[in-house]
Amino acid sequence: MNLNESDKQLLEKVEELSGENVFSCYQCGKCSAGCPFTEEMDLLPNQVIRKVQMGDRSVLEAETPWICASCLSCEVDCPKGNDVPAIMEAIREISLRKNVDAIDLDRLEKGKLPEIALVSNLRKKTG
Amino acid sequence: MREIPYYPGCSLKDTAKGFESSAMAVSRELGIELKEIPRWNCCGTVYSLTDDNLMKQLGPLRNLVRSRDEGYESLYTLCSMCDNTLKRANRLVQEDEEKLNKINNFMDQENDYSGEVEVKHYLELLRDELGWEKVMENVKQPLEGINVAPYYGCMLTRPKEIGLDDPHNPSILGELVKSLGGTPVNFPYETECCGSYNTVDKKEIILGKTQTITAGASKAGADLIITSCPLCHFNLDSRQAELLDIAPNHNPVPVIYFTQMMAVAFAKPEVNEFEEHAIDPRPGLDLEKKVVS
Repeated sequence: MNLNESDKQLLEKVEELSGENVFSCYQCGKCSAGCPFTEEMDLLPNQVIRKVQMGDRSVLEAETPWICASCLSCEVDCPKGNDVPAIMEAIREISLRKNVDAIDLDRLEKGKLPEIALVSNLRKKTG
Repeated sequence: MREIPYYPGCSLKDTAKGFESSAMAVSRELGIELKEIPRWNCCGTVYSLTDDNLMKQLGPLRNLVRSRDEGYESLYTLCSMCDNTLKRANRLVQEDEEKLNKINNFMDQENDYSGEVEVKHYLELLRDELGWEKVMENVKQPLEGINVAPYYGCMLTRPKEIGLDDPHNPSILGELVKSLGGTPVNFPYETECCGSYNTVDKKEIILGKTQTITAGASKAGADLIITSCPLCHFNLDSRQAELLDIAPNHNPVPVIYFTQMMAVAFAKPEVNEFEEHAIDPRPGLDLEKKVVS
């Protein structure tokens, strides 16, 4: 597979941030079969990994990594032992480290949300 | 009375006060004093999955240092998310000396840490140290005729390296229910994620998941659901109450912490602060009545 420089950059960045070898994935789809949130996603988890393998930068615009709740259902199911949630986190981090928040702090529900929800959400969705 | 080091985490001091008060009360019955460690800080709630940023590991590890400095070799938690974050951060530095060194170099007010503290969830204390027999001995009002759906969620059993039970077929909560004289019910969503922190910005996903999980438990015959996670509790209890506004035919199922269930069986229901729950567990279950009778 021939990847141009920009494609390679994405691939290398995801591997660096996640500590995972994305080519270890052979696209069996078991992560997507067990994921409890696929009906809300625009890409299946295995499709996200495929796009990263191909260096396809459109994956940075996908909703899926922001819907993934790091529940680790795929992580315990993956026959290759890949940490799919770490790959999702790497994709989120590429955006967040440009100092971009994925949530609008001014629009948070007032007075209701417990700190455990706020802290975990802000850790995953703000830069 | 045996004293054990206890890490509460944020929720147990605020939205999950009944979790802490019930755990304190049942512990005393079991001969255990939960001793809160000094100067504890937030665990971070979610374990950082990025390989390069060690800053996020400092929070959980500092709590382990505090326990070690008090002379303990372990640290016990009640909250699933704290348990997960503390255990994973601990495992990271136990397995990666370079990362451990970097963290030790950064922490200049603490003595070096070397992964020597063992993190344990309260359920592990019950199963592995005290044993179910000991729990059974303290039951004064068996939960006879009460069907309980154990809800594990994600963080108690995943990843399997730190999980306290089989990630696909856990049984620890069911064993606790049986020890208290209740009947555990199998339902298909016991390890399925409730949507977690997406409750902040994607509430509609949580409402859907809450409906699936609680209706699944109800269909399996559950009178109540038990959990050990304050975030699952918020999503399944408070969000379930909101669900009733848009799905009036939904049959509400109360959600309580496993220690609150223990307090009921130990004839100490007054410690539970059930009045704080969005879906009151008391009326449908006649918990107080069962205890008085």
